[in-house]
Amino acid sequence: MSITLNGKAYKLPEDVSTVQQLLEHLELSKRIVIVEVNKEIVQKDQYDHPIRERDQVEMIHFVGGG
Amino acid sequence: MSMLKIGDKTFQSRLLLGTGKYPSFEIQKEAVRVSDAEILTFAVRRMNVFEPSQPNFLEMLDLSKYTLLPNTAGATTAEEAVRTAKLAKASGLCDMIKVEIIGCDRTLLPDPVETLRASEKLLAEGFTVLTYTSDDVVLARRLEELGVHAVMPGASPIGSGRGILNPLNLKFIIEQSSVPVIIDAGIGSPKDAVYAMELGADAVLLNTAVSGAKDPIKMAEAMKLAIEAGRLGFEAGRIEERDYAVASSPLEGLLPS
Repeated sequence: MSITLNGKAYKLPEDVSTVQQLLEHLELSKRIVIVEVNKEIVQKDQYDHPIRERDQVEMIHFVGGG
Repeated sequence: MSMLKIGDKTFQSRLLLGTGKYPSFEIQKEAVRVSDAEILTFAVRRMNVFEPSQPNFLEMLDLSKYTLLPNTAGATTAEEAVRTAKLAKASGLCDMIKVEIIGCDRTLLPDPVETLRASEKLLAEGFTVLTYTSDDVVLARRLEELGVHAVMPGASPIGSGRGILNPLNLKFIIEQSSVPVIIDAGIGSPKDAVYAMELGADAVLLNTAVSGAKDPIKMAEAMKLAIEAGRLGFEAGRIEERDYAVASSPLEGLLPS
């Protein structure tokens, strides 16, 4: 399945079909990260949210700033 | 020294420290530690998911010790700021937000209309709202009337280090305000921080003054001390200024010549 991940085309393996699986696939499940799918925030208790073909996924975090 | 109260939280430290542009994570960690700051600002950005091994400063902190104050920097409209704030809150790590909506790329001065709109929307969403604003006295009052939890007027343009350019406006804002006034942006050296606190500011938010100093760790401590000195001086109540001298030693019992 192909999605757009942080603005870039990204091919997912067959066994990745939820936000949780995507985080694990990207090795981000233990990081501080916020997930948006098609401009909707996916709250932490909803990580079974499905990832579908052509979804626009954003992975967001905190960086240094004033 | 009295405590700082923002929303329903209370703080010992009156220094809010930004986390941008330090020479290294090691220096930054030490600067944060010696500053005694309890509130740290962050920006919300896309992750580099293609290189997830990159270190992240926030993940190095003991988050039980700090209150996170994410900003909406990068937003140019109220709607973008609300999106950023909601993303930050979805981390489950914070419910405070620094509204920062830049309206001019050259001066980085805030857009007053979008800033007001964003503050209103975020208050309706239940955020603890700290709003970065210019030193406009009436805008500060309008923000307070909306119910923001702190107004944060700039001393001078972000990162300029020019210090307090309009102490009179800041004084007016402080005098009229019933919510904390945090002087945010433009602080260059400890004297600026002392001055801000002596004017009666409740706190100071700074970043570049520390991160850009030759020795950020020393400067973090200097700023901490400056803010404490300024606050103590304000609480103590300074003497009135006069044009002519007033002798400190008694005029009675002068020795005969």
